[in-house]
Amino acid sequence: MSVSAGAGTARSRRRHVLDLDDFSPQEIDEILETAASMKEVLGRAIKQVPTLRGKTIVNMFFEESTRTRISFELAGKALSANVVNFTARGSSVEKGESLVDTVRTLQALGADILVMRHSESGAPYLAAQYFHGSVINAGDGRHAHPTQALLDLFTVRQRLGRIEGLKVVIVGDILHSRVARSNLWGFTRMGASVTLCAPHTLIGPESFWKATWPHLTITSNLDECITGADVIMTLRLQRERMEAGLLPSLREYTRFFGITAERVARAAPHCLVMHPGPMNEGVEIMPDVAVSAQSVIEEQVANGVAVRMALLYRLSGE
Amino acid sequence: MGEKQILDADDIRRAITRIAHEIAERNAGVRDVALVGIRRRGAPLAMRIAAALEEIERVRVPVGILDITLYRDDLGIRGPAPVVHATDIPFDINGRTVVLVDDVLYTGRTIRAALDALTDFGRPARIQLAVLIDRGHRELPIRADFVGKNVPTSRDERIATRLHEVDGGADGVFIVRASETATE
Repeated sequence: MSVSAGAGTARSRRRHVLDLDDFSPQEIDEILETAASMKEVLGRAIKQVPTLRGKTIVNMFFEESTRTRISFELAGKALSANVVNFTARGSSVEKGESLVDTVRTLQALGADILVMRHSESGAPYLAAQYFHGSVINAGDGRHAHPTQALLDLFTVRQRLGRIEGLKVVIVGDILHSRVARSNLWGFTRMGASVTLCAPHTLIGPESFWKATWPHLTITSNLDECITGADVIMTLRLQRERMEAGLLPSLREYTRFFGITAERVARAAPHCLVMHPGPMNEGVEIMPDVAVSAQSVIEEQVANGVAVRMALLYRLSGE
Repeated sequence: MGEKQILDADDIRRAITRIAHEIAERNAGVRDVALVGIRRRGAPLAMRIAAALEEIERVRVPVGILDITLYRDDLGIRGPAPVVHATDIPFDINGRTVVLVDDVLYTGRTIRAALDALTDFGRPARIQLAVLIDRGHRELPIRADFVGKNVPTSRDERIATRLHEVDGGADGVFIVRASETATE
């Protein structure tokens, strides 16, 4: 977070999207409004506008991804940009080319925007130091996933009409989740009150979170904190966590932290159920909840294209 | 103040009534006519022309709103990318006579972008252009079919249109000196 992504005011140009920590509420507002217009474009018979003709976007994915990668590719194409997909497998990375050299190579090939997913936290910040164009973080290690957070904000605002004052409960493997961290920045900055709910082993010391977000609620009691929630966001539980000894069993996790219909019934009647995907149905979320009327999981995926279009567009200003 | 009023609220009302009459006359009625206002101030003008047409012809013509930001030719040249506002064309434009509506016709670049945007929605039978003010200085071969008032200007002047739906207060059109706009 030490690399400046450019001031987030309306009049100055943002160069990179690395996390949401340097976004003002006004900038987020403007992005969400532009994303709504992009969604209209995606609903047309011709789902394409000429805005980024002649620009080259390189999707650099050093870690596997379905929805984020395809969503960025569709977003770039809907804006008429040239989109190139780079995966570490089959590239010179396998011959030992470093990240910095790879970035320099893509620069020499004429890339204007780099979209980067990497398993190491901070990798896009390193790329941003060497790349002359714009870098968008599409997920780095446990650190940040700003475009996921923006599409979550967009989905909530489209459904509930506002973000300010909402009670948002984020449940699951908070400690290892870049989605949780970026959403924390986004939802708190837009005035929501956020509760983190996880077993002690998957959240770490309360003081760590409170140092940055003093008004957070942190708990291990889902049944209690879900009461009156406007948004329930559950996270993917990675099976490695259990193997690492952080959880006694998946069944126990599901019993205390799984999102069931009974638990959703304790939340507000309009409560939205969200999941960044991919889901482990029957572990962190029950299959009937995932397809219920309150679930916006598929909408999150669809909205991802519009939100990424809005970001690609904004980075192409002067 | 380096600001000179060239139209007041009554002048604007009369200009809109006259444009509505001309649209009805040119198209022998308004049966296949639809209006599309260009954001921002073309949108309320399109609504007003539609209301005038309803009085004259007893027909409600459909009205759409077009944001041309994504079709501009100056992204990356003229400062930060502006917010893209909603486009809403809730009718089929295929085969219709679409009258584009804007407040000021200047270089013609906005209209060029609007033509591109509109053709992404379909193939109108014809597209016509109505503007409240034509201030000259075209950079593209584009002309208006219906003009409220021709206003000769110099390039360092600016036309400020104020419509109560967008700006609040009284309607009016003003010529503003460049020295005034520089401090904005």
